[in-house]
Amino acid sequence: MQRWSEMELHGWGRYPRVRSECARLERRADVQAALADRDGQPVLAHALGRSYGDVALLRGGRVLLTRRLDRMLDFDPKTGWLRCEAGVSIEDLIEVFLPRGWFPPVVPGTQFVTLGGAVANDIHGKNHHVDGTLCDHVRRIELLLASGEIVACAPGEPLFDATVGGLGLTGLILTVDLKLCPVAGPWVEMESVRVENLDHFFEVSAESKSFTHTVSWIDCVTSGAGLGRGIFMRGRHAPEGVAGSDGVLGRFAAAVSPLLDVPVDGPPWLMNGLTMRAFNEAYFHKQPKGVTAAVSHYEPFFFPLDFVRNWNRIYGRRGFLQYQLVVPPDPEHRAIRAVLEEITKAGMASFLAVIKEFGGAVHPGLSFPRPGVTLALDFPNHGAPLLALLDRLDAVVLEAGGRVYLGKDARLPRDRFRRMYPEWEAWKAVRDAHDPGRVFQSELGRRLGLS
Amino acid sequence: MSALILGATSPIARQLAQRYAEANTPVFLAARDADEAAQIAADLRIRHRVTAASGAFDATDFEAHAAFVEAVEDAVGPLTVAVVAFGEMGDQEASEHDFAAARRVIETNFTGAASVCEAVAARMVERGAGSIVGFASVAGDRGRKSNYFYGSAKGAFALYLQGLRNRLHESGVGVLTAKLGFVDTRMTFGMQTGIPIASPEAVSRALFDAQRRGIDTLYYPRFWRGIMGVVGAIPERLFKRMSL
Repeated sequence: MQRWSEMELHGWGRYPRVRSECARLERRADVQAALADRDGQPVLAHALGRSYGDVALLRGGRVLLTRRLDRMLDFDPKTGWLRCEAGVSIEDLIEVFLPRGWFPPVVPGTQFVTLGGAVANDIHGKNHHVDGTLCDHVRRIELLLASGEIVACAPGEPLFDATVGGLGLTGLILTVDLKLCPVAGPWVEMESVRVENLDHFFEVSAESKSFTHTVSWIDCVTSGAGLGRGIFMRGRHAPEGVAGSDGVLGRFAAAVSPLLDVPVDGPPWLMNGLTMRAFNEAYFHKQPKGVTAAVSHYEPFFFPLDFVRNWNRIYGRRGFLQYQLVVPPDPEHRAIRAVLEEITKAGMASFLAVIKEFGGAVHPGLSFPRPGVTLALDFPNHGAPLLALLDRLDAVVLEAGGRVYLGKDARLPRDRFRRMYPEWEAWKAVRDAHDPGRVFQSELGRRLGLS
Repeated sequence: MSALILGATSPIARQLAQRYAEANTPVFLAARDADEAAQIAADLRIRHRVTAASGAFDATDFEAHAAFVEAVEDAVGPLTVAVVAFGEMGDQEASEHDFAAARRVIETNFTGAASVCEAVAARMVERGAGSIVGFASVAGDRGRKSNYFYGSAKGAFALYLQGLRNRLHESGVGVLTAKLGFVDTRMTFGMQTGIPIASPEAVSRALFDAQRRGIDTLYYPRFWRGIMGVVGAIPERLFKRMSL
C-alpha cells in the first residue's frame, strides 16, 4: 500500500497551482504498487517541478513523485553510455561524471531537471544546431505502461518516438540509456557579441556555426532601430590545456551562491515596466561593442539562473508564464519582428528573453524543436491582458507555420495546438494502443484534448 | 576496512551507505529485497568508484547470521563498521489481534537485531577494533498505546546496545545507539506535524560523523533528546490517560 497525501503542486512558473493525491516512490517495487493502488484515478509522474506550466500537474488525480528513483545502474567508461533511473538530475550527472571527463550531451537552462522530465519534454540546449535534442543521445527507455507491464523501447519504435516529447502521457519513464559526451574539463571557451538589432542577430548567428553552443539574450523593451538588440553568446567545451580562472569574482560568486535564495514571494509591483526597462537597458550596455572572448566555467555559461535558488519567486505569488515559440526560417524574419512588436506595443516587456536558431534535427511525436528560430519569453502573470497578448502571439506563430513549446505552456487552446502539432493524431494512435483507458493524464493533456 | 549496512534499501540507509562510499570505504548492502540492494550497490559503484557488494538478508533467520557475516567479510574484507538499520514498523492493531504479527515485529526489531550484532561483535572483538551502529528509536523511550510492540522491541534493542557497549569497551569496539525522530521517509510522508522533519541526507551526515567520533548515543534531530526528556518526565499516573 502506498501512502497518499494531498499536496498542492505547481510548475516553475507557479501558475497554475493544483491539488492532487501524491505518493512518493522510494524504490522500483513502489512503481507498480502505486499504479495498482490508484483507486481508478488517472496518474502522472512529477519530479523536480521545473517545467513551467501544467505539463506535470494533474488536478484531482494521483501524482507519483519520482525524484528518489535516482539510481545509476550501469556505466561504460569506454563509450560513455550510462543507464540510470529517470529521477537522476542533470546536476547529479555533472557532479558524478564531469570529474571523469564526461558531460551530459544536451542540457537545458537549468541543471535542476531529471532525465525523466528531460525525455518527456525532449529538451534541447544551446547546441541544438549541432547535437539535436536529448533523444538523439538516448538508445533505450524503460517504461511502466498503463497495464502495469514494464517494457523497453528504442529509437525508431513507435512507443519510443511517442514517449520522447510525449509529456509523460505514454507511461512512466523508469530508466534511460544516455550517451555522455567527452569533455576535457569544466571550462567553456566563449565569446560575447553585442548585437545591435534583429538583422545583426541573424548575421552573427550565421557566422557562429562553428561554435557548438550558441544562445542570445534579446532586449524586448527597445523598439524601432534597436528592435531585437541583445548579446549573442557562443562557445564550446574548452580543449585540454585551456582553463579559465575563477578569479576573485568567481571565488566570491562560489562563496555566496549557496546563500543566494529568494526565500519569499516578491511584491506584486516589483516586476513592472520600469524595472524591466532598467534591467534590459543595463544588461545591454554592460556588454561593450564588438566581440569579447573569455574562458568561462560551465555553470554561468549553461545555467546562469541556477546561481539564485528559487528565482521564480521574484514574480510574486501570482507567478509567471513562459512563452517559447519556434518559427521556420524566413529571410525577412517577419514573425519574430511581429512578435517583438506586439510585446512592446502591449507594454508587457519580458524580463528574460532568449533567442536561438535551431538546427535541422526533427523528431516524430510531440517533440518541440523544428528548423528555424526559437524565442523564449517570460511574463509576469498579468492575467487577462497577458493571456490576450499570448493569443495574439499564437496567431503570429500559426500564420508563420510555427508552434509553441508544450513543456512551458499553461494556456494554449486545443484548436491551435492541433494546428501547430499536426502530428498529434499519429501520436494519439500510438498512445491509445498502449493506454486505451487514459490512465496517464495531465492538466496540459486534458486542455489539449490528449487525455 | 569496510562497512556493512543491514536494511540498506531505506532512504536513510542508502544515504549512509553513500557517506561511506564517498569516504572510499567498501560497502556491503544487505536487505530483504536483494534486487533493490543490488541496484543501490551498482549506484554506489558508479557514483563513487568504490567496491560495493550486496546480498539478501533475513533478520529472523538467526541461525544463518554468523555465516552471513563471514560471507560479507569474504566479499568486502574485515568489517570496521556495521550498521543495523533495518526495522519493521508492523501494524499495532494487527499485532493486538494476532500475536504472530506482534512476534514478527519483536523478532525483527529486537531478536534479529541482537543476533546479527552478536555475530558482528564476535569478529570485531577478535580484531580489537570496529564500530557498531544500531538504529533504536525515540519510540523506544516510552511505551505508548499507538505502537508499543514496535516501541518495546526498539527499547529492548537500545538496552541491548547499552550493554553491548559496556561489554565491548575494553575490546576497543564502539557502539553507537541512534535514536531518530521524524525523518523524511515513507513513514512521515505527508504527515502534518509542527515538528521539523529531517532529510535522510542530513541524518546520514550526523550518523557518519557520530560514528567516526565514537559517540555513544545520538538523537537526531538533536532536539528529540529534549522532547523525549519531557515525554519521559510525565508521571505514569497522567501518562496512562494520554493519547500521544
